[in-house]
Amino acid sequence: MSNATITKNEAGASSLRQARLPRWTLPALVVVSAAAGAGIGTAAGLGNTLQWGLIAAVLFILGSYGLAAAVEGGRQAKDRLATSLVWVCFVLAVVPLVSLIWETVERGKTVLDGYFLNHSMEGVQTILPGGGAYHAIIGTLEQVGIATLIAAPIGLLTAIYLVEYGRGRLAKAVTFFVDVMTGIPSIVAGLFILSFWIIILGFSYSGFAGAMALAILMMPVVVRSTEEMLKLVPNELREASLALGVPKWRTILKVVLPTAVGGITTGVMLAVARIAGESAPIVLLVFGAAGINNNPFDGAQSSLPYYIYEQWQLGNEASFNRAWAAALVLIAFVMILNLVARGIARWKAPKTGR
Amino acid sequence: MKTDIEPTHTPAGTPPRIKARSTGRAGDKIFLALSRGSGIALLVIMAAIAAFLSYRAAIAISKDEANFLTAFEWNTGTEPMKFGIAVLAYGTVISSIIAMAIAVPVAVGIALFISHYAPRRLAAPVAYVIDLLAAVPSIVYGLWGALFLVPHLTGLYTWFDEYLGWTGIFSYQGGAARSLFTVGILLAIMILPIVTSVSREVFRQVPKMHEEAALALGATRWEVVRMAVLPFGRSGIISASMLGLGRALGETMAVATVLSPSYLINASLLDPGGGTFAQNIASHFKEANDNGRDALIASGLVLFVITLLVNGAARMIIARRKEYSGAAA
Amino acid sequence: MAKRIDVSGLTAYYGSHKAIEDISMTVEPRSVTAFIGPSGCGKSTFLRTLNRMHEVTPGGRVEGKVMLDDENLYGSGVDPVSVRRTVGMVFQRPNPFPTMSIFENVAAGLKLNGSYKKSELADIVERSLKGANLWNEVKDRLNKPGAGLSGGQQQRLCIARAIAVEPDVLLMDEPCSALDPISTLAIEDLIGDLKERFTIVIVTHNMQQAARVSDRTAFFNLAGVGQPGKLIEIDETERIFSNPSVQATEDYISGRFG
Repeated sequence: MSNATITKNEAGASSLRQARLPRWTLPALVVVSAAAGAGIGTAAGLGNTLQWGLIAAVLFILGSYGLAAAVEGGRQAKDRLATSLVWVCFVLAVVPLVSLIWETVERGKTVLDGYFLNHSMEGVQTILPGGGAYHAIIGTLEQVGIATLIAAPIGLLTAIYLVEYGRGRLAKAVTFFVDVMTGIPSIVAGLFILSFWIIILGFSYSGFAGAMALAILMMPVVVRSTEEMLKLVPNELREASLALGVPKWRTILKVVLPTAVGGITTGVMLAVARIAGESAPIVLLVFGAAGINNNPFDGAQSSLPYYIYEQWQLGNEASFNRAWAAALVLIAFVMILNLVARGIARWKAPKTGR
Repeated sequence: MKTDIEPTHTPAGTPPRIKARSTGRAGDKIFLALSRGSGIALLVIMAAIAAFLSYRAAIAISKDEANFLTAFEWNTGTEPMKFGIAVLAYGTVISSIIAMAIAVPVAVGIALFISHYAPRRLAAPVAYVIDLLAAVPSIVYGLWGALFLVPHLTGLYTWFDEYLGWTGIFSYQGGAARSLFTVGILLAIMILPIVTSVSREVFRQVPKMHEEAALALGATRWEVVRMAVLPFGRSGIISASMLGLGRALGETMAVATVLSPSYLINASLLDPGGGTFAQNIASHFKEANDNGRDALIASGLVLFVITLLVNGAARMIIARRKEYSGAAA
Repeated sequence: MAKRIDVSGLTAYYGSHKAIEDISMTVEPRSVTAFIGPSGCGKSTFLRTLNRMHEVTPGGRVEGKVMLDDENLYGSGVDPVSVRRTVGMVFQRPNPFPTMSIFENVAAGLKLNGSYKKSELADIVERSLKGANLWNEVKDRLNKPGAGLSGGQQQRLCIARAIAVEPDVLLMDEPCSALDPISTLAIEDLIGDLKERFTIVIVTHNMQQAARVSDRTAFFNLAGVGQPGKLIEIDETERIFSNPSVQATEDYISGRFG
């Protein structure tokens, strides 16, 4: 890249030189448009930074296009325009994420402490500070645990069926409906358990009911990820084992699964992370309770997503703070699961034959 | 079903071999039964979901004194019940369209950023961060949307009103920005990761040789993208968008926390009001009696069918693409 | 229009790995120059430095000078996009754009550089396809996808696409290695025609091919694995194949290694 060769060459077909904007133009333009955005924003009395940012972004895009069109010609200008747009998209995506994490940490940390993690809302006046999310944490752990106990084996075995045995019409149907199941809105899974377990069979609201809905949401995710991992196991391994006269089921248990175990664990953990944050079916099925209920099979329970929703609905500062704190706990839980899962995937990766 | 290692008829052999083989075969049978049973269990669950929802929905609709598809009101507390899904269908579709209109271009931009524009040192972390964005629970988005996004949008909406208010769609009467448009923005942020990651995967699969062909003709980076990357990725972008749409249609808690609902269709997208299927279920579930619950289930069935259609279409496009790229490779 | 290429002191890197070192040579206009050498000797890398495609590879960078007549391709202010427009390239595997028709493929490069009238465009496409000896085979199905042609036809389509923009130089990176013998013959004939108008540089792993099509031949070699590739010698093709001045060249040509 050159420095300021703004003199335009004759556009002879043989010339390789092209007038280029000097390197400092773009950073300068960023600064200028940011300043102009802020300036216009203040002048027009726009109270918030969102508009300032939008004005600055538009100025930057138009400015880079205009400058490039004037100096470098139409094609280069289009190229610059595309580059600017792509960068703006990137910034647009990062801003809400940073804001969300920032807000959650900033507001959640005001009440998040040992007391919050250790106490329930039993007997706490909801408009006053105090209380905690212990009962919700217990609820989430139990519900997610039960859901995993139901969904992981079924999902795992289904994936084994699809990869190791499935060839006929049944396998095709299962594959298709696993895809369909992936797309079920979580509230619909909740409604199903509601109509089946609570309305028709007449059981009461409980943590277990919520866990069943979560299991429905978890199954297809486990099937998909396990399937991917089993497909990565090289066929030579299976054939080598079968050729030694080892029965197929022992081949699967002793050769195929151990080879893929890292990836499968990762898949299951990511699925757990996904359902841990599900709130819609929980709101329908666990009913919510202020006190501690250690028995998921009997009576109302709470859960972290439910707790956040409930505290938000109460609509006062103290409850908002509790909601943020619970959100922080939930995000931390989900992120740790994610990071550990990805860590396992990386750590176990060489064994899957790559 | 026979497995590969099972001979169709047992050859006469020495006793110990037969014995060894028969335990193997028993194990095989049990294992196959277990795994096939799991697959069947999955099918049964799907069938049960459709069956039970339809059953309760039929009960509710038979008691409905209004037109289920076109009525605006939602009165299920008293006999006779009068309820319809017109407002919910409108709100669900409109908020999802807004979400798509915002999210798809931005997601394609980010996907291109990661696959073709970002400096290499930045690309991997960005992809990672976008994936983490997908892991944030929807209720947290809802909380953030209600307590942070909504207050920050009033200024923007006043601005819209000033310049675009004459359209009617963008008029704004002030007050909290708890409208379908806000829901659309929030949904856009929420579906961004899935649309981005699917598009990114497709862009990454664009054969290097097509990009080099364009470069060797003297194409700028944008022209390479337009000539080689986007045409190749088009069906992938479409299916990614459909998957995102499926998510947006069914999103519950984020909508329930942000929207200020009503059973009216508002011409302005910026003023509060309206509702979506999922939000309506979550918001009215606690106060509903038995009839009310059935009515909510009926609306849930409609949502179920819509998302099935959208996801099915997305899967079909992906499947066709796979065949195509498999044949080309 | 064909131009002379004058390379001096050219070294190319992939990240910290030096792929080729200190290469200097002259490529004559309106002639075919062949690059031969064992695999990994950097002949393809060197070819890609001649139209600045090397720097497209992550970590790829170049030191030295490549003069196209009197302009340095790596001089300051030189736009790589213009360089590639001037120095065309044909790749190892035929790579027509899969979503475009035969016509659109040939016109792809033209459409980048300004607008043409429909009739003008049709003329250039026809001329280019004729130039690539493909016109008779495809004139009735110009709107069919380019990917539907046979491998040899696809490669000639790519040549037509490259010459449609009237480059000064045409680089070919093992253009026949993915083709059957008959298609190879067709391409070799074509190269003989094209050298009337273009400066042609061809990388080949096939020594008979180099002997058949080229006027001058350059032999590349590397001292060992991980060592940079070097130009051993460049001379008239006849001389290289009958009486090379370096022992390594003779060893390679007589099949003692490589």
